[in-house]
Amino acid sequence: MDLKLAHSNKDGIEIVDVEGEIDVYTAPRLRELLIELVNKKNYQLVVNMEKVEFLDSTGLGVLVGGLKRVRAHDGSLDLVCTQERILKIFRITGLTKVFGIHESVDQAIAARKAEK
Amino acid sequence: MATVEVTFTPLPVHVRTARLVATAVARRSGVAESLLDEVRLAVGEACSRAVEAHLRHCPGQPIRVALTDDAEQFEVVVTDAVPDAEHGMPVGTVAANGSTAVPSAVPAGFGGGSVVIDGEVPLRLPDGVGLAVIAGLADDVRVAPAGSGTSVTMSWKRRTA
Repeated sequence: MDLKLAHSNKDGIEIVDVEGEIDVYTAPRLRELLIELVNKKNYQLVVNMEKVEFLDSTGLGVLVGGLKRVRAHDGSLDLVCTQERILKIFRITGLTKVFGIHESVDQAIAARKAEK
Repeated sequence: MATVEVTFTPLPVHVRTARLVATAVARRSGVAESLLDEVRLAVGEACSRAVEAHLRHCPGQPIRVALTDDAEQFEVVVTDAVPDAEHGMPVGTVAANGSTAVPSAVPAGFGGGSVVIDGEVPLRLPDGVGLAVIAGLADDVRVAPAGSGTSVTMSWKRRTA
């Protein structure tokens, strides 16, 4: 399945909904969207990965790059993911310690607001 | 002789095809359902590395994927055609079941220092993350010279129910 991207604002936090496969072919589109959002001064991001069917290290690189970019503006990039097969690659690479990973968008938003 | 061989043009769009073929052959070969995601991800990582290296060094050369199953294991070999001189590559067995260390240097395309994060959103993570992911997924991983290029051999042992 190809990659579908959508985004919307909720409580001042930009929610990026990702559906499909994030790999070496599709990851550049996610990267472009994250760059676009940051360029438009959206520094609080939640990437909803509940409908992601495949993620490889190329996709991880894009997410890490997005995180680095928002952090340069004191922002945040949290993830929503409950799928074991996606979480596994975060665990293998140790990135579970880098990202806030939540079970729902509402939980991610609540966690972000609690930190403010 | 491999059970199935696939040769593809080094373009990112074809990596998905290689993943699909590998998963289909693994399923057909009786690899446990619980391991299919690992096969799919590991093969994708190896093919992504090969595509990246080919696009830099030899975009006209194809990448070869050979899938073999026997009574003991399911094996996938991804072979590139990037000349050794371009690699600066290590060879050997890597992190089989976590028993050995990942080498400090990694082949081209496994992020060997070409990605600069400062100010830019990187496309790939540095420092051998792709190889580390493969090593974390396959039972055994070997990186070795193959012809004019390099092969990454990944295998999964048969599990008895």
